[in-house]
Amino acid sequence: MAATLPALEVERVFRECSGRAVATLARRFGDLGLAEEMVQEAFVQALDHWPREGLPASPPGWIITTALRAALDRVRREASRDERQRESVRLFGPDEPDAADEGPVLDDQLRLMFTCCHPALAPNVQVALTLRLVAGLETREIARAFLVPEATMAQRLVRAKNKIRDAKIPYRVPAPEELGERLRWVLAVVYFVFNEGYVASSGPELGRTDLTREAVRLARHLVELMPDEHEAVGLLALLLLIESRRAARTAADGALVPLGEQDRSRWDAALVAEGQALVRRCLVANRPGPYQIQAAINAVHSDAPRAAMTAWQQIVALYDQLYALTPTPIVALNRAVAVAELGSPAQALASVEALELDGYHLYHAVRADLLARLGRLVEADASYARAASLSANAGELGLIARRRAELASRLARAAN
Amino acid sequence: MNQYLLSVYGVEGEALPSPEVIQKMYADVDALNKVIQREGAWVFGGGLHPASSATVVRAKNDEILFTDGPFSEAKEQIGGFWVIKCKDLDAALKWASKATVACGRPVEVRPFQEPAA
Repeated sequence: MAATLPALEVERVFRECSGRAVATLARRFGDLGLAEEMVQEAFVQALDHWPREGLPASPPGWIITTALRAALDRVRREASRDERQRESVRLFGPDEPDAADEGPVLDDQLRLMFTCCHPALAPNVQVALTLRLVAGLETREIARAFLVPEATMAQRLVRAKNKIRDAKIPYRVPAPEELGERLRWVLAVVYFVFNEGYVASSGPELGRTDLTREAVRLARHLVELMPDEHEAVGLLALLLLIESRRAARTAADGALVPLGEQDRSRWDAALVAEGQALVRRCLVANRPGPYQIQAAINAVHSDAPRAAMTAWQQIVALYDQLYALTPTPIVALNRAVAVAELGSPAQALASVEALELDGYHLYHAVRADLLARLGRLVEADASYARAASLSANAGELGLIARRRAELASRLARAAN
Repeated sequence: MNQYLLSVYGVEGEALPSPEVIQKMYADVDALNKVIQREGAWVFGGGLHPASSATVVRAKNDEILFTDGPFSEAKEQIGGFWVIKCKDLDAALKWASKATVACGRPVEVRPFQEPAA
């Protein structure tokens, strides 16, 4: 049967499984660069074969087998290559790989994740490596997502792979006593990717690769690989709950719509339900961490059918818990917003003004909101102006412009 | 086994800590050296005189030229180093973490091209 499979579909399926293939080859050959190249080679072959022959029964198995064959060919051809690769051919032999063996495959993927997010690599390098090797994005797509030239991103990736090889960054899952600390880096990379996508998707930069979707995919993958790591579950829940509001978050003119003013019927009910179920799973486990608490805060918001029905008392309590774990001024700022909602804007303003966040646009936006609630309209406007001067995001600027217009009409009414 | 250079960086001309602090650093580094040796990771190590005591040697055409002072004009200069052998970067970073605490300065970890003999 001549199945016609569009190239885009080949690309999608391929991306879904390329991380597994890179992970397996990297263990076999002890060389991430070679693994990546050979999986790319398998992709070229897939583009040729799949549209003609249809999807193979097991796409990941097909890719791993094809890439392994290509790698073994390459290693045989270049007999003078690295001792370890010849060693590996000798150890594993030219036999066909057992791609159906799931256990080691899962371990390989975790190894790959921890290697890409090794703390000896700069955070932006960790992000680029993870997107390339684990998520299977093309270098060109990653470059476009981070608004850097493709050559710059390619060079960054090559340097990183060379450092992993030369400095002997180990390809393994950290020992249990280190796992928590090292997992923090992995989760931070996924969260960073999500936030990059989140900001971009409310700005004018259409055509950027959908990083939020990639981050959700990575988080799902982490939870599959480590179902007992509650912070990984918490992160996935957090991302799903934020993602569920995507359609309601942007007005027709592109301006950001704040949580309290969103049309909640446009929230994605399936994502909300999935996120809330994960939050409940975390609550049962009762091993709270920062991502789980942030997910719980978002679950409380998701629970309220209308903004006025939000359980702010519960949210303030969760922020207290979060602040105890991570006492940052940003957490204090968000807590103050919740305190204001409980009916104490003056108290909230006092705690906001004690924070040292002068360079952060949301600090000024929150302060402006509170000043406006307290009727200090001129000061509020100045604070909005300061927030606008610190933000380059079209969605945020649109919201600030709307707020300032509201202030102007309140001021005009007061003058009459 | 792989080999790593652990270089200790200091800022030239920066005020020295008190004699007691220096004494404690010497004692801590000494103790660490013993542990590195006992664990079989030791290759070589030592402290260096200030960079102002350095001489740079260059071959130019048929001539050998000497220049007084260090090669790099940077303020940050190597004050001492270890060469260690261990399994991978994680192991090297563990030694470097102990080293920076002992000597009270930043430590740069750099892999050798050749594995340990």
